[in-house]
Amino acid sequence: MLKQIEGSQAVAQAVALCRPEVICAYPISPQTHIVEGLGEMVKSGALARCEFINVESEFAAMSVAIGAAAAGARAYTATASQGLLYMAEAVFNASGLGLPIVMTVANRAIGAPINIWNDHTDAMSQRDCGWIQLFAENNQEALDLHIQAFRLGEELSLPVMVCMDGFILTHAYERVDLPTQEQVDAWLPPFEPRQVLDPAEPVSIGAMVGPEAFMEVRYLAHAKQMRALELIPGWADEFRRAFGRDSGGLLHSYRTEDADTIVVALGSVLGTIKDTIDEMRRDGVKIGVLGITCFRPWPLAAVRAALAHATRVVVIEKSLAVGLGGIVTSNVRTSYGGSADAVHAVIAGLGGRSITRASLARVFAAALAGTLEPLSFLDLDGALVERALAREREQRRSGPIAEGMLRDLGVVAARI
Amino acid sequence: MGQRVNAPGAPMLAPKDFKSDYKPVWCPGCGDYSVLSAITKALAMLALKPENVAVVSGIGCSSRIPAYTTCYGFHGVHGRALPVATGLKAARPDLTVLVASGDGDGYSIGGNHFLHACRRNLDLTYIVMDNHVYGMTKGQPSPTTEPDWSSKLAPGGTGLREFHPLVIALASGANFIARAYSGDPNGCAALIAEAVRHPGFSFVEVLSPCVTFRPEQREWKTMVHPAPVAATDDPGRAARRLMTDDGFNVGVLYKGKRPAYARANGGNQTVEALACQFRA
Repeated sequence: MLKQIEGSQAVAQAVALCRPEVICAYPISPQTHIVEGLGEMVKSGALARCEFINVESEFAAMSVAIGAAAAGARAYTATASQGLLYMAEAVFNASGLGLPIVMTVANRAIGAPINIWNDHTDAMSQRDCGWIQLFAENNQEALDLHIQAFRLGEELSLPVMVCMDGFILTHAYERVDLPTQEQVDAWLPPFEPRQVLDPAEPVSIGAMVGPEAFMEVRYLAHAKQMRALELIPGWADEFRRAFGRDSGGLLHSYRTEDADTIVVALGSVLGTIKDTIDEMRRDGVKIGVLGITCFRPWPLAAVRAALAHATRVVVIEKSLAVGLGGIVTSNVRTSYGGSADAVHAVIAGLGGRSITRASLARVFAAALAGTLEPLSFLDLDGALVERALAREREQRRSGPIAEGMLRDLGVVAARI
Repeated sequence: MGQRVNAPGAPMLAPKDFKSDYKPVWCPGCGDYSVLSAITKALAMLALKPENVAVVSGIGCSSRIPAYTTCYGFHGVHGRALPVATGLKAARPDLTVLVASGDGDGYSIGGNHFLHACRRNLDLTYIVMDNHVYGMTKGQPSPTTEPDWSSKLAPGGTGLREFHPLVIALASGANFIARAYSGDPNGCAALIAEAVRHPGFSFVEVLSPCVTFRPEQREWKTMVHPAPVAATDDPGRAARRLMTDDGFNVGVLYKGKRPAYARANGGNQTVEALACQFRA
């Protein structure tokens, strides 16, 4: 059924169609509309046999989900930004225990400085925690990925994080095709947990494991993620047949067939990149884009194949490995057969800064001209940075950095 | 401890001297405007200077307060105001440290720190603006929300009994417990000033209406009333009073005698003082 709804509501509807049994959440922007939508459905009876728990923190949210999943229930939660970091210990715990919890992360920057706007720092901080991480390009894909996430997680007994850009997707009203309950029921079998509370064999979950088996338990988690790489493409095909659209999978290439320059990105910025590329194609530039849907597990072979003919790669990423450069870029370099120097990291859109077609076009032109640095920051205000550095050179007590920069800009700090 | 006086002859500062140029972004009618006024009045009454005072907060509408004062301010992460203030006070015991929070920040995500700050009894003044709702995220139930208050997140209400912060504070060892109402900024200022003067951990719960998501809280002005009896220093008696009060008793409700946390170096701990802690 076609509907014009907010991204958060699309996700709430998709999650409800998956018949979760326990939902637990703590309010944090820009995720809150999702769980508010689910709260209303639980109360109205539209979402039957589901318990909704208002918790006291994100740490509690993930811990409640762990308890529910350990008892064999289909559990869901959603968070963003600081909330994801606050629950980090439990996030690792969930994957270590092999519990197929599904969580939406409405991607948002991490403070300090305090910032509520979109980038990928939150999800990237948890990239190696053992969860599968899927990134949605638009609201339709966000909706579809949630349905796929439950099946994927439950098949492999691994938790799945569905990442969608905060505000850009969560708060955008877009047309989405909402599947019927029958369609979802046919695609997503009831949860058959590997761990259940069995009176015939009571077991205490959460064993202490020493050096004799710890590495093997962790290896198995890795092996399961490698198995996910094998399963996901087939499931994307199956999803296409069942629902009539192309959603999910490991990655999506756009106009890369003859491209010698390939741009790599995750999430909603892919739309802007595609528009920019369409313009450049009209001028005869051989450029295309590779969108990564599945970031963990990292589809090493698929990315390598997708980049096989590219002579240069530009990674546009909304995260920064401070002290290194690009996080996505580092992953891309492991997949690129050519010289690592041909892979450029462009850090963009941190803290919600707009990524415009004009700026992207400038970056891509620089890449084609061979003048793009290995690491660059899109639309960085160099003068502002220089003023802060000058302050630090001139006086030992140069004061708090963010407040100094806001003063330089004449922006009132308290207005967030 | 707690009370400080300016150098003789120094001009007294007015409340406005403690207000910064930043225009608050709170909704029109928010109770927190009056709490800001009350804090600045209290600081003027105490003859403090902005540089004698630090205001520490977490996340939420109430936590914007530090930037609206001319004092030192620290706007931290959600729920962590009390431990940040503890570190600040440990490093600079000469400063008067106010900690600003709300019912979401202070009682749920930061609830554990509340217990231990009361226990530790460092000389801090903890001002919690309680409006029984998460305002910044636009209207979700908090720990002090009534069980039947309906919201999108919990239609028909959470069904959970309210958290009772004053009883928790007493049980955890807070040395001063008061309830204030933002609609009476002068009364609120007097209570905050008294809390600052009292040694150890002082807790002021301020009923501060959220007119946007809880418009019915405008009625609080008809419901608040002065506490019928004077503050007690007997925790047992205070417990009975706090457990049975109607939530709208305004005034100092408990004034304990526990000595404030003493620094390892230069502390003035005596055998009598230690014994007093065990009696309290």
